[in-house]
Amino acid sequence: MIEVKNIHKSFSGVEVLKGISTSFEKGKTNLIIGQSGSGKTVFIKCLLGLFDYEEGCISYDGKIFSELSEDQKRNLRAEIGMVFQGSALFDSMTIAENVMFPLKMFTKQSKSEMEDRVDFVLKRVNLIDAHNKMPSEASGGMQKRVAIARAIVNNPKYLFCDEPNSGLDPKTAIIIDNLIQEITDEYNITTVINSHDMNSVMEIGEKIVFLKDGLKAWEGSKDTIFKTDNEVVTDFVYSSELMKKVRQMYIEEKQ
Amino acid sequence: MTYLQYIGTYFLMIVEMFRKPTKWSVMKQLILKDIEDLIIGSLGIVAFISFFVGGVVTIQTALNISNPLIPKYLVGFATRQSVILEFAPTFISIIMAGKVGSFITSSIGTMRVTEQIDALEVMGINSLNYLVFPKFISLMLYPFVISIAMFLGILGGMAACVYGGFSSLDDYIIGIQTDFTPFHITYAFIKTFVFAFVLATIPSYHGFYMKGGALEVGKASTTSFVWTSVVIILLNYILTQMLLS
Repeated sequence: MIEVKNIHKSFSGVEVLKGISTSFEKGKTNLIIGQSGSGKTVFIKCLLGLFDYEEGCISYDGKIFSELSEDQKRNLRAEIGMVFQGSALFDSMTIAENVMFPLKMFTKQSKSEMEDRVDFVLKRVNLIDAHNKMPSEASGGMQKRVAIARAIVNNPKYLFCDEPNSGLDPKTAIIIDNLIQEITDEYNITTVINSHDMNSVMEIGEKIVFLKDGLKAWEGSKDTIFKTDNEVVTDFVYSSELMKKVRQMYIEEKQ
Repeated sequence: MTYLQYIGTYFLMIVEMFRKPTKWSVMKQLILKDIEDLIIGSLGIVAFISFFVGGVVTIQTALNISNPLIPKYLVGFATRQSVILEFAPTFISIIMAGKVGSFITSSIGTMRVTEQIDALEVMGINSLNYLVFPKFISLMLYPFVISIAMFLGILGGMAACVYGGFSSLDDYIIGIQTDFTPFHITYAFIKTFVFAFVLATIPSYHGFYMKGGALEVGKASTTSFVWTSVVIILLNYILTQMLLS
């Protein structure tokens, strides 16, 4: 479980996060949603320790991140898997080498053990015969799956995904969403996903935190987001014509 | 104030580069790859430039010696002094600032832009040690490149001298042996080691701390070349003053 208390973060005097408090539960897919510029990426980077924050506290299963020594932080980070928005695969390595990288860095496994593990996770994300391809030769969806494989190869306790289906077609996006959901259930990990894709919200949003202008505007789940009266949330959720129709149908059904 | 901040960040980067070392089995591969990219990959251009610039130095020296009282072997002597003291260590380092420096800045800068450095940090890896330290170690082989530049510069001078008809081979060989001071080689290699450190760290700094997108990667490469050259020229002056005067 990840607990966040009153996080404040500014850039050049402009406050981007204005005191966010929430928690992300183990074994659940937790979504952070909000418009572009609402502070989602800054928030997730604060959670990961990539950005220092001025005020507040983040704890991973009771361990307060800012109070950990450098070695303890390094050990904790070895338990974190991260899928970046642009996949962030290492250009100079093949797909198999990318996935093997965390094993090489943090385990004492033999080469054959590492190769077996890489085969296993690549199969898990439905990538077969892609081992020797370079990241530049892979499609966007494949790159995302490689990034997920790299994130889970070392059995992380926490999985973070920054807009995992941005730039993907709706079908591939759903495949990626379902894959993340399956992995979360299978490994019983704490998954935090940063997204503004309403399909993801409806598919996998077991817990949803809505950010608006650096503040937490709403918190709930995919079951409650439809029913909320919070105007800020409804403006965002029902901004597309399709969603407006869905809401209309929901209201009519209710009446 | 901003420049002081930059300088401070640069020195903190150097300290951080030596902390939290990467696993040796991984580091070994990174060093070998950087030796291939930075040292072996530069040999061709260094050899080409050294040979022909050595030749040009010889021709210009020979053409400027019109007094018949000046011995012919002076051409070889002047070429040796120019190549060993200045051309090989400094001129080649400026060229390397363009070739190797731009490569380092753009490769690290692209990693920054595409969040690959963030990926390393999230994994708990000291990204400065992972990215910069292998470049620093591989550039410790830079004196090897400069030795080749010295040899080929003098060889190019010999070819130009003999085949251009400026003096005989014997005169040239006498010239390059005349008044040889071994400390000049030591001086040249001290400069080379210092320049190698500059070549590894300043371009890395510009790549690592850059912000923005693809356009900024290009700008960072240019800035990195300018600052690496400026620092090399300044250090060249300071070291020459300290070691030779």
